[in-house]
Amino acid sequence: MKAVRKLLDNIRPHFVEGGKLEKFYPVYDGFETFAFVPGHATHSGAHIRDGIDLKRTMVTVIFAMVPALLFGMWNVGLQHFSALGISDSKDFWDFMFFGAWKVLPMVVVSYGVGLGVEFIFAIINKHSINEGYLVSGMLIPLIMPIDIPLWMVAISVVFAVVIGKEVFGGTGMNILNPALTARAFAFFAYPSWMSGDKVWVNTADGTVVDGYSGATILGNLASSGTTGSSYVDYSVAEMVIGTIPGSIGETSKIAILIGAIILLVSGIASWRIMLASTIGALTMGLLFNMAAPYMITDVQKSFMSIPYWQHLIIGSWMFATVFMATDPVSAAQTPIGKLWYGFLIGFLGIMIRVFNPAYPEGMMLAILLMNVFAPTIDHYVIESNIKRRLKRIKVVVQ
Amino acid sequence: MSKDIRIKRGLNIKLKGAADKILATFDPSGVYAIKPNDFKGINPKLVVKEGDEILAGQPIMFDKNMESVKFCSPVSGEVTEIVRGAKRKLLEIRILPDKNLKYVHFQTHSPSDLSRESIIQTLLDSGLWPFLRQRPYAVIANPKDTPKSIHISCFDTNPLAPDVDFTLHGLEQEFNIGLEALKKLTEGKIHLNVDGSTNPDKAFTEAKGVQINRFRGPHPAGNVGVQIHYIDPLNKGETVWYLYPQDVVCMGRLFATGKADFTRIIALTGNEFIKPRYVRTLPGAQVKPFLKGNLKEGKIRVISGNVLTGTTIGKEGFLGFYDKQITTISEGDQPEFFGWLLPDPKKFSNSRTMLSWLQPNKEYVLDTGMHGEERAFVVTEEYEKVFPFDIYPVQLLKAMLAEDIDRMEQLGIYEVAEEDFALCEVVCTSKLPVQSIVKEGLELVRKELS
Repeated sequence: MKAVRKLLDNIRPHFVEGGKLEKFYPVYDGFETFAFVPGHATHSGAHIRDGIDLKRTMVTVIFAMVPALLFGMWNVGLQHFSALGISDSKDFWDFMFFGAWKVLPMVVVSYGVGLGVEFIFAIINKHSINEGYLVSGMLIPLIMPIDIPLWMVAISVVFAVVIGKEVFGGTGMNILNPALTARAFAFFAYPSWMSGDKVWVNTADGTVVDGYSGATILGNLASSGTTGSSYVDYSVAEMVIGTIPGSIGETSKIAILIGAIILLVSGIASWRIMLASTIGALTMGLLFNMAAPYMITDVQKSFMSIPYWQHLIIGSWMFATVFMATDPVSAAQTPIGKLWYGFLIGFLGIMIRVFNPAYPEGMMLAILLMNVFAPTIDHYVIESNIKRRLKRIKVVVQ
Repeated sequence: MSKDIRIKRGLNIKLKGAADKILATFDPSGVYAIKPNDFKGINPKLVVKEGDEILAGQPIMFDKNMESVKFCSPVSGEVTEIVRGAKRKLLEIRILPDKNLKYVHFQTHSPSDLSRESIIQTLLDSGLWPFLRQRPYAVIANPKDTPKSIHISCFDTNPLAPDVDFTLHGLEQEFNIGLEALKKLTEGKIHLNVDGSTNPDKAFTEAKGVQINRFRGPHPAGNVGVQIHYIDPLNKGETVWYLYPQDVVCMGRLFATGKADFTRIIALTGNEFIKPRYVRTLPGAQVKPFLKGNLKEGKIRVISGNVLTGTTIGKEGFLGFYDKQITTISEGDQPEFFGWLLPDPKKFSNSRTMLSWLQPNKEYVLDTGMHGEERAFVVTEEYEKVFPFDIYPVQLLKAMLAEDIDRMEQLGIYEVAEEDFALCEVVCTSKLPVQSIVKEGLELVRKELS
């Protein structure tokens, strides 16, 4: 601790006004405040303050994502060796090692590029580094397919941070969820790397077993109306545990639920949004179950008649609900608004998922759409509060 | 008629260092000071100069905006020093008291025999008027207004707040005379808002001709702004006056004895006091005698008032005009190595990202550390948890930052004051200066609309 302090104190003169690296003060400040919470005392207003700060908030969210990340790594290895038909001869650590070998570079690229852009903007705008990207930087690898080239991740990150966040004024001002902006960019810029049945499982260095298909459950549903294919049919248990192909962090519902519990217990994520999204998704699922017999094509009939609750364990609904929809900056801000916002995300996410074969998963688009509408929802909630206050005056006048 | 109201949203911050219910005596000598900064929104004009001999209850300054509002000396003695700051701003008028205080004599009358005008005049002349404040804006009441009601908060839920029952015990008679005077000032009701979770002192429960409302729940249930919001919400164009029980006692004493005697009991609180006690004193008293031999070692902040809304005054400072306690806490200006990473059990947090929520009854020793730096608004629904108004606090704050008066009005600015936002400031993840934003917002609206 003393050594770190000494080092920081030694290099400090270069960064303060008049120093050689004066322009890079935000970078120095970023590292200094990372190591030491500054010893500032209150000078106006309340004399005591809560122990929480934005760094603590963000690191709690990162803790919540760790189970999904670790499981994701393991599953990358499992899917890889299963596709090559040699999983029986491999143990837990082989899976883990292979997964880490593939996933960690994405994490490094995501953080390196994203924080790099943040630092550049902090230097240009002369403000201190905001912690918002600490969470986005971890989310981005978790919502990418394993085979996406690192340079695509890098470009998506640059797009997300610059266009998704900094043009609006940085953390706290953005309209869209930055991590989803990155994914949406990659999705529309490099569709062949972001969808289909080739990208979810790494099969680069070997020959796959006969009849192998790396399609996700949603991919199968969109093409054939069933959760499985001729190669494999996934059971409910597999969907819950997560030994299925998919984006890195989305597959294990158990790992995501652990994250959800951390976020809900710590109170960082809104239980209203999570609950409302669940109700929305179940409502849409039930409506589809009811409407299924009236559909024309067999694929649609079959897709719509999967048990409504299975929508919660298929695809990225749960990951998106727990980690994406609850981003406080891009979500609705009023308690009642959050209920509408969450409900519509669940509702529309499942609707897009089933109706639009071009996008096997609808959650990304549903959340981005609701991000745009969140201020409108808040507007109506606040208007009703204002009306209530105006009504009081009228009562007095009478 | 009375109302029972339960406040659900809020937060009690439990600190070590509550005052023992012992009335300590201290050396009464020492300087007194009137601090114009205690009175929000006034434009002070001095009427004494250095070297003047004055009596207790004699005017020292008045407000140029409302010239009838006078500020009087709590003691008799000599004006020794007039302290000015930058741009000759008036900071303190210091008075060295006589050994035996001599008072200006006002006529003794039963307030029920007096007219509204003569009650107002007596309160103005004696310097007791500034105790009456108004909502909106939380400034001194305008003697020309007629408020729709008067509210008296009879309990204090702030951290380490003094026990109002204890400070009022045995003063029922003066309190009742004071109430008689107040009844003449409004056409509406006098509301005594008492703590519904205890048995309040009989000064409150046996008061006649008033409405007694029982409040239960966490801080800010004791804030008069919250109480007004639940009983009698304030609309545009309306005015409510408020004051505190010991102020009512002062008024009662004035009508009973003819003396402007500001004597009150305040609490010495906070972990840095060796013996936290109650003490009888006057507003403007220097705190030095209370601290002497009664303070622990280390860097200590002395606050006139409580830790949420009080003013830093230093060890040589003076008790504020409206303050009911002196609080001492240690300064927290040490950097914390990876302070954000590990949950420190010594830290308090209303969020559950630390360990404090597992020990809801623990009493904390908190210092003045910010525990982080200012950031943009990120976390939502944090203020709402500690803000028991039917008002959207974040949206109102944003309207204040944008200086959008129409929007502030729509969102309910007339009902709030800085103190109601104090908890929002404490729990804020982004460490925003919430109370000063509210203060500036209120100032802006008040100036634009007056």
